[in-house]
Amino acid sequence: MENFTPLTAAIGGALIGLSATLLWIFNGRTAGVSTISGAIFPFHRGDIWWRLAFLIGLPLGAAFGFAYGPTVFAEIPARLPTVGIGPVALVAAGLLVGIGTRLGGGCTSGHGVCGIARLSRRSFVAVGTFMATAIVTVFVARHVL
Amino acid sequence: MRNSPFAIAMALVAGIVFGVGLAISQMIDPEKVKNFLDLAAIPSGGWDPSLAFVMAAGSAVAFVGLRFNRFMRKPVAAPAFQVNTKTRIDRRLVIGSAIFGVGWGISGFCPGPAIANLGVVPDAVAIFVAAMLAGSWLTGAIVEWSNRSSLEPSQAVAK
Repeated sequence: MENFTPLTAAIGGALIGLSATLLWIFNGRTAGVSTISGAIFPFHRGDIWWRLAFLIGLPLGAAFGFAYGPTVFAEIPARLPTVGIGPVALVAAGLLVGIGTRLGGGCTSGHGVCGIARLSRRSFVAVGTFMATAIVTVFVARHVL
Repeated sequence: MRNSPFAIAMALVAGIVFGVGLAISQMIDPEKVKNFLDLAAIPSGGWDPSLAFVMAAGSAVAFVGLRFNRFMRKPVAAPAFQVNTKTRIDRRLVIGSAIFGVGWGISGFCPGPAIANLGVVPDAVAIFVAAMLAGSWLTGAIVEWSNRSSLEPSQAVAK
């Protein structure tokens, strides 16, 4: 387990939980990225700006965390995220993620973090399902193909 | 429902905190995500359980945070808590989640990290994000259309 980073995983996870808490107590909304990004089009009159603001915050925060994380935590390597697949696979995967999260009503944040926190049965089923198919997919891609 | 400037500002803050969390936990790196999903690497010691720690810590904090509404009449910057009341486990939930998992496994990207990476490696993730949004919006339109056409005309008007 040479790549295991328990400290920064727990701190980063706690920040995600804090974000969900902030969005809930200030806006009364669930921090589910697929649902928030899926709802910015078609436009819902007047109720679009908090969604856009949240979505703009994501890359701003990631750029900040990426720039300063490695200097604060020795655990974090200072290297760019690596996209290991070609453009065709990337588009196909993007479509599957978009279609699947829309049908399933959530992703790793909405079902994963918030749904589990709310002890939602739907979210437990969703997380178990997407974890299972993702594990099988990685197994096939890395060890079969 | 119009968003107040305060509500918009707090959504921006929440988004930034979320993005910092994704970067600190390295969940913006799809290879790290795949190293968690690769259970076949457990015997060789190459498995990376970090993602489970991220979800556990996030859920633990949210477990407390998402219950604050019990002590509040309304959100600080909005008129009402938007409580999710769905409880039915239907085919759509299971099939959709299964499809999402395949796309997640192929790419190592789920929606949060993909959008967050627009601030880190924008050239690499732009087409993924575009395809993801197109897939979601198209699916949303089809689902809405099929819901509407399965209702009686009078119900459709009432809706």
